[in-house]
Amino acid sequence: MSKFNKKKGGALPAINTASLPDIVFMLLFFFMVVTVLRETDLLVKNELPKANEVEKLKKDRSVFLYAGKPSDRYKDKYGKEGKIQIGDKYTDVTNIKFALTEARLKLLPELQDKVMVALKVDKETNTGLVTDVKQELRDLNMLKIIYITSPGDPNDK
Amino acid sequence: MARRETPEVNAGSMADIAFLLLIFFLVTTTIEKDKGIARQLPPKEPPTDEPVIIKQKNLFIVNVNKHDQLLVEESLMELKDLKQAAIEFLDNGGQPNGTEGYCDYCKGQRDPESSDNPDKAIISVQNDRETSYKMYIAVQNELVGAYNFLRNRESQRLYGFKFTEVSSAIDEGSYKGNESSAKEKLEKIQEMFPLKLSEAEPKKSGV
Repeated sequence: MSKFNKKKGGALPAINTASLPDIVFMLLFFFMVVTVLRETDLLVKNELPKANEVEKLKKDRSVFLYAGKPSDRYKDKYGKEGKIQIGDKYTDVTNIKFALTEARLKLLPELQDKVMVALKVDKETNTGLVTDVKQELRDLNMLKIIYITSPGDPNDK
Repeated sequence: MARRETPEVNAGSMADIAFLLLIFFLVTTTIEKDKGIARQLPPKEPPTDEPVIIKQKNLFIVNVNKHDQLLVEESLMELKDLKQAAIEFLDNGGQPNGTEGYCDYCKGQRDPESSDNPDKAIISVQNDRETSYKMYIAVQNELVGAYNFLRNRESQRLYGFKFTEVSSAIDEGSYKGNESSAKEKLEKIQEMFPLKLSEAEPKKSGV
């Protein structure tokens, strides 16, 4: 019986936490490496529509264009009509060409010919706005576009 | 001079500091997952005098109005039926056997009133300016889905792989095997079912 009684008096041994910082640091480094801090501040509402027949975006050769209603904090100032955002500021339809050319220059020189315009458009937007954008893109001869979507089945309501 | 022993630094709070940083990065992390439907816009061309004549039977007209309702070939349709209807249209192969343009790999109805072969079949989407973008994408998604279905079927039959799987593997650079020969095969499949989606300029709203 003494075999079982042995531990009764002793307190619970403390768990050695010396390696805890190591574990946490490992996690920390993982997240530091995969983190991409948002480069652009979104000025428009951006809830993407769902689709499942999708392709991956090649990030190094794309220019982003956002469109949608102004987000809540800018509503009073800019109203509720759909707006276009390139970079950090609102852009007018007539001004797209200039803004996109500028954005394209920021890409690597060898990839500038292969530029792809990634359209991140809010699902509540009217298609008319997107069509206007596409007309401008045709004028500019930037013909490759990709409609960014979120994964999911569009048939789900 | 007696050398004093350096006191040991208390590392007990190290974990706290690391946790703090960890939580910060956890919160700010957005693991990029941008995916979407790629499209090539038609280039701007000077207006030609003679309009291209396309036979009515080779056209599949999808109309979306401002209330996001679908009108496919002059009848109302639910979104979920669109993919099947498009597959049937593309896969019809109405050109009679023996004549030029006969589609020997089509498995459709061979209805002479529908498309001749997948090369001639054109899907035309007409949107209203006030159609919601959500609906627009949903329609595009279904139509691309129809093409992918047919391409997968043919690539499975001819080469034993799925078109969409191999093309996305090549995109990601994770394809094992001969990439250039696989690309050739993909192109062949694309030729069998070329993506012919036309988009008319949207009508003014309210029409």
